[in-house]
Amino acid sequence: MKLWKTILTAAALALAAGTSAFAARTDLVIGVTLEPPHLDPTAGAAAAIDEVLYANVFEGLTRIGPNGEVLPDLAETWTISDDGKVYTFKLHTGVKFHDGTDFNADDVKFSLDRARAEDSVNAQKGLFAAIDTVEVVDPATLKITLKNPQGSFLYNMGWGDAVIVAPETADTNKEKPIGTGPFKFQNWAKGSSITLVKSDTYWGAPVSLDKAEFRIVPDAAAAVPALLSGDVQAFPFFPDLDSVAQVQGDPRFKVVIGSTEGETILSINSKKPPFDKLQVRQAISFALDRKAIIDGASAGLGVPIGSHMSPASKAYVDLTGLYPHNVDKARELLKEAGFENGFKATLKLPPPPYARLGGEIIASQLRDVGIELEIVPVEWAQWLDQVFTKKDYDLTIVSHTEPNDIDIYSRKDYYFNYDNPAFDKIIAGLNLTSDEAKRMTLLGEAQKILADDAVVGFLYELPKAGVWDAKLEGLWENAPIQANDLTKVKWTD
Amino acid sequence: MTAYLLKRLAIALATLALASMVVFAVLEIIPGDPARLMLGLNASAEQVELLRNQMGLDAPLAARYLRWAGGLLSLDFGRSYTYSVPVIDLVRERVVVSLPLALIALALSTVIAIPVGLFSASRRGRAGDTIAMGAAQLGVAVPNFWFALMLIYLFAVWLRLVPAGGFPGWSAGVWPALKSLLLPAVALALPQAAILARVTRSALIEVLHEDYIRTARAKGLPYRAVLWRHALRNAMIPVLTILGLQFAFLLAGTIIIENIFYLPGLGRLVFQAITQRDLIVVESVVMLLVAAVIAVNLLVDLSYAVVDPRLRSRQ
Repeated sequence: MKLWKTILTAAALALAAGTSAFAARTDLVIGVTLEPPHLDPTAGAAAAIDEVLYANVFEGLTRIGPNGEVLPDLAETWTISDDGKVYTFKLHTGVKFHDGTDFNADDVKFSLDRARAEDSVNAQKGLFAAIDTVEVVDPATLKITLKNPQGSFLYNMGWGDAVIVAPETADTNKEKPIGTGPFKFQNWAKGSSITLVKSDTYWGAPVSLDKAEFRIVPDAAAAVPALLSGDVQAFPFFPDLDSVAQVQGDPRFKVVIGSTEGETILSINSKKPPFDKLQVRQAISFALDRKAIIDGASAGLGVPIGSHMSPASKAYVDLTGLYPHNVDKARELLKEAGFENGFKATLKLPPPPYARLGGEIIASQLRDVGIELEIVPVEWAQWLDQVFTKKDYDLTIVSHTEPNDIDIYSRKDYYFNYDNPAFDKIIAGLNLTSDEAKRMTLLGEAQKILADDAVVGFLYELPKAGVWDAKLEGLWENAPIQANDLTKVKWTD
Repeated sequence: MTAYLLKRLAIALATLALASMVVFAVLEIIPGDPARLMLGLNASAEQVELLRNQMGLDAPLAARYLRWAGGLLSLDFGRSYTYSVPVIDLVRERVVVSLPLALIALALSTVIAIPVGLFSASRRGRAGDTIAMGAAQLGVAVPNFWFALMLIYLFAVWLRLVPAGGFPGWSAGVWPALKSLLLPAVALALPQAAILARVTRSALIEVLHEDYIRTARAKGLPYRAVLWRHALRNAMIPVLTILGLQFAFLLAGTIIIENIFYLPGLGRLVFQAITQRDLIVVESVVMLLVAAVIAVNLLVDLSYAVVDPRLRSRQ
């Protein structure tokens, strides 16, 4: 198989070398693995929705930039009151929705009130929890009053779930999304592709692409042939990590390895014996060999983590040295905890390859210290039901892809079953702090507590392998949020 | 004949009703909540409850079954949870991919298998037969997804004759659409053709031993005419049975091929709906497939009567 691939790839290369370059293109076909269930970012958690629409069709007050920074979007500027509770946004004028209607402060008020309403099914309702009132001062000025100061408010408003929609079209966005962005929705051939075209009425800097098609390529094995045949020109989230090396040697393509916000962890049900014992959890941490897991489950591309923070984040503290791979130490801790002869447990694995491959490796590493794991593969729906909702599990592997989500460890009833008042206090303090330096200190302390408590087995940051045509420019290298921002993408010649 | 038809029809309807209960029950049993799946990890329990209520998922089991089954009777298949469009619209979009694909594959496999079967049977034990049946054995053994990948590398990546996958839609023109169905159809057809060729060959060999074949030869008919007119027709019953089974398989069992070629067909729709717990789509599409399989079986039963006049009078 591998040999055939190589021979045929070489042949394809030879053939392609003969074709000459042509004038700069303005169309692009982007490969995505998952089809969005619908096209309304304010009504679903599926990352696939944002991967098509974020920054392209829909815009928010603020937006998240390529490196996770908060940038102004529909809000041109803003001021924050001294007590940190009142945000006054100056909005761009002359902005139109794709259906031709004007955008103004009323639309913002509508969108935010809709998202935080009692009957709202916004998947990230927590983003709006701090908002007390939203007032329209004039068509270009909006005043938001918070119940309490919130350090991450501007960041929160940059999420895809907080984009601005028009009252007239809010209910039909699932099928026919109408936003204010530089691209407007043209067509969705279900199961096949979603096409966006340049919007002529865009208020900001015009985009270079005239047409962008998101083609759904669900099978990882189909991604390489789709690229090689020229059918698809970019896979910003390349699904077949094992083939990255093969494409890397091909001068027609650019391979960019970037970071994500996906902390991949071995989650532990820390209320369920024997995992309620600190020594047991620490023993697991000592038993894990991150290097072997990264090599086996992410083709060696992941970056090791020692706590729940992306190494790309400013707040990151390197705690990977706390539990170096040490089988003897792990056995010793298990002995202290009263498990000299080890014990048996289950490891439930959701479908992504990082979990299924990583699970096999972790099971063999834990067997070395006497913990026998029974591997139980589950589907996503089962995982959400059994593991996440009912907390019926011992261990599981999952990547937490939401950005800046260290606060999940303070949530009551979250599936880790972790409860530490000292940690909760830090997170509560963090929510009330907007001073950058103080926030960094608090985030650092939070990371240390999680690592000391060995709440879960911290493995690695999920890598993002982007593969695209070498003549293509402007796609995101990293994935601070799961999006395919096409506003700066262009063909060079 | 009419009584026979009515009896078959009644059995078909009873099967459908039974299947609807089994399908509904099975999907109730498998764990997974569509509302939680749509809202993701960050949503609270109250929000999930709210969405369940909006989707009508909190109604009692019997009430939901009756609403669904009642809808089916009036050809109302309900609305998809995830896409929030009528299921029938989704099916209509998908069936124009899956049905032509299955038909092309069926035609291809028949066109390949019957001549190969005839050839092999008439040269039984000779080199040609050994080679053909060896190839057929290979065709049965090779998994179709691997075969599909090899076809992609050869015809799409290397020769660039056809796209590596995807479907431009019939609106893009008949030829581009057909072109994108060609490789998947071949990948689907060859393993089927291999099975069909083997069945044709063994059915023919059995028939060729019959006395009437010797009689036909003895009265001076050329071998070719005996083979086509007398032997093949009598060997058709097992071949038709397999063809009927294969059509059902092709229509429903294209999930893997549709994934590899990323074709927006019914197989993909069901697969996606299962992973997203879009239960209403799964239920309705599975029922449609059940209905299609029953209809094809009915057709096969009827075609027995066409090829074998004895069956007509016996009923």
